[in-house]
Amino acid sequence: MSIPERVLTFALDGEIFAIDAQAVREILEVPAITRVPGAPGFASGLINVRGAIVPLTDLAVAFGMAHADHGEDTRVIVIEAEVEGEPTTIGLVADKVLDVAAMEGVPVEEAPPVGMRWRADFIRAIARPQGQFVILPDLELIFAESLAQSVRAGAAP
Amino acid sequence: MSEDDPVAAFRVEAAELLDSVEAALLDLAGDSTNTGLVDEVFRGLHTLKGSGAMFGFEALARFTHHCETAFDRVRKGHAEASQALIGVVLSARDHMQALIDVGTQGDPMLEVAGEAILSALEKAVANSEGVAVPRPVQAERKGWHISFKLPPGAMVNGTNPLPLLDELRELGDCRITPRLDELPPLASLVPTECYIYWDIVIEGDVTCEDIEDVFIFVIDDMDLAITPLIEEPESDEPVEVLPVATVLAAPQPVAKAAPPAQESVRVAAERLDELMNRVGELVIAQSRLAQLASSVGPVNELTLRAVSEDIERLSAELRDTTMAMRMMPVGNLFGRFRRLVHDLARETGKTIELVTHGEATEVDKTVIERLADPMIHLIRNSCDHGLEAADDRVAAGKPVTGRLTLSARQAGGEVLIAITDDGKGIDRERVRAKAEAQGLIQPGAILGDGELFQMIFHPGFSTAAAITNLSGRGVGMDVVKRSIESLRGTIDIASTPGMGTTMTLHLPLTLAIIECMLVRVGEGSYAIPLSVVEECIELPAAEVTSTARRNFLDVRGELVPYLRLRDTFGTDYPADLFQKVVIVGQGRGRVGLVVDQIIGNTQTVIKSLSRFHAGQGSFSGATILGDGNVALILDVGNLIVAAQKNQRLLGERAGEVA
Repeated sequence: MSIPERVLTFALDGEIFAIDAQAVREILEVPAITRVPGAPGFASGLINVRGAIVPLTDLAVAFGMAHADHGEDTRVIVIEAEVEGEPTTIGLVADKVLDVAAMEGVPVEEAPPVGMRWRADFIRAIARPQGQFVILPDLELIFAESLAQSVRAGAAP
Repeated sequence: MSEDDPVAAFRVEAAELLDSVEAALLDLAGDSTNTGLVDEVFRGLHTLKGSGAMFGFEALARFTHHCETAFDRVRKGHAEASQALIGVVLSARDHMQALIDVGTQGDPMLEVAGEAILSALEKAVANSEGVAVPRPVQAERKGWHISFKLPPGAMVNGTNPLPLLDELRELGDCRITPRLDELPPLASLVPTECYIYWDIVIEGDVTCEDIEDVFIFVIDDMDLAITPLIEEPESDEPVEVLPVATVLAAPQPVAKAAPPAQESVRVAAERLDELMNRVGELVIAQSRLAQLASSVGPVNELTLRAVSEDIERLSAELRDTTMAMRMMPVGNLFGRFRRLVHDLARETGKTIELVTHGEATEVDKTVIERLADPMIHLIRNSCDHGLEAADDRVAAGKPVTGRLTLSARQAGGEVLIAITDDGKGIDRERVRAKAEAQGLIQPGAILGDGELFQMIFHPGFSTAAAITNLSGRGVGMDVVKRSIESLRGTIDIASTPGMGTTMTLHLPLTLAIIECMLVRVGEGSYAIPLSVVEECIELPAAEVTSTARRNFLDVRGELVPYLRLRDTFGTDYPADLFQKVVIVGQGRGRVGLVVDQIIGNTQTVIKSLSRFHAGQGSFSGATILGDGNVALILDVGNLIVAAQKNQRLLGERAGEVA
């Protein structure tokens, strides 16, 4: 289980998530979102990031959380991630971007298989800085799952 | 691998060399006495051997050496460039490619394969020696006087005079006298320059050409004088100094092969100049705009409009110039198929002649690259299924040699590439029977040729009675169709029984920019490629409220099914009072798309969708609008299919009710 040195933390439906700060390209205020009809809820829209068309994804959907309306603090985190082996630029919705934090010395635990509302395999690890509860999501797996779902949806008549 | 990796550079160079060798070999197959082509093959192999050894491709150098030796014999008139020899060297060329691909470590499996090729080569050379056509060689003399001087900078460029002298020594007895009178004083001597020049007297059975061969790679720039020895008593020819100029004027068609498609693009200098001019104008227009923006007081509307028009014109021109740079002649593509047809002819035992037209037609670079595979498949099909065996051709009263024609031409915004064979044509009955058996069409359904032939693009559809090595397994045609469609192209088939088949690929000129009609459905904007839009009409009031029992429009007597994009896209934004129908057509299908509003025409730069949305089907890409928003581009082909499926479902439901 590899834990990134520095992470970007953000809030989503009252929980704190952390992703590798290395993967983050930029953080944007919510731009105009183009809905893609028929697309899965996880990646339902497209945004224009400096002339590139980037899919906008919502981890809240993947974790089955309540979907908050975009508010004053809502931001889009633009990350570079591998999706099925291809480097892809992806936007993530965050209710609020919190901090960039070093992970050194922070206790990290594996996700407990029970006692959570979410799919355990979507969580790479749980960090406990100062008694807080920070989720490190397994983005690659989440993206792969979502792709598989959209392929299934596309194949169905 | 870093960008300036010398091995990578060697690979690029080697690929070019191998291509030019291959082209020359194929030309040679049709014109076996052309000494210029023989020279070209030899030079290519020689260079490959040299640079191969330099970059550590030892196996390649050793292997190439044998082929070079064989061609050296042809060059000297000791052997003939027979078809067998050309065939072997062509396979040797593929082996060299494999050796290059495998890298400097080598591969024992390849060694074995190489041995087999070399023994075949030996046999081919031995067989062709008897019938050697002696090359017109200058009368042999007993000796020559040579004086040569390397051009400035030759040593920096890698020429070493010592091996040259060694090679001369191998030719015969040499008396070599270095001339040192141009040596500068030590203080002004540049260590990388060669100040020494040589006078050499060589005795023995040596031809002038042998000597020139020694200098083959430096002869263009150097001073070289070759004179027969004066003290030759039998020689009644006057002393003849062959200055380099006349040597060069000798018939040596150094036809440099066209540069093949690499990752880099070669752009004509004038196109770059044109681009520079436009950019210059744009800078001026921009500064005028800046001036207007910073001027105090109200801006003169007319001036502003003038600047805006200027910029509009310039950006259109810039776009065209930039696009033109991406264009490549299809000749590059056709050239690759010569080898294919040559090999296919051998495999099938047919004689096939390849004719190409319109090689200068230009197509976007990406299209060319992605066209190669589908075209290989179509050509294979034509050679294997289309063209008959020689006996059948004679029986049908046709010339024995089958003819395969590749032609390209531009028609409006698209490029048409046709693959024509003069074979037996497609068997309509068989296609129909097969389609009925597979349940693709109703028995007895009336179909036009176009529709019927489209059946062969269904997966798993093959009418070939016998499966051959080449084709007939029923895979592929659907892949061909899909790859052509991914280029936003279509395939038409025309076939006359007994006369042949023509497959025509309709391809867009460029992939990057298309003209679109922008429409609004609900709150989203969508783009429809203008090339498929046939007309726009208003949705008749009677249809507005009708509820999906019957989704047909009567357009001047013709029934056109339509899709309500509002339903397809599931929008709950209030509908516009007057809905419009955009009638689109692709191939045979026509369908109306009901939209809320037609916004207008626009030029859009197509961006592909991410993997998350690529499987969606309704959209072929996305684009960024003038206001920075993203608009989706409709995939009309898929929408037509969806509409037709819908229609069939409706029909079935109606059948159940009845």
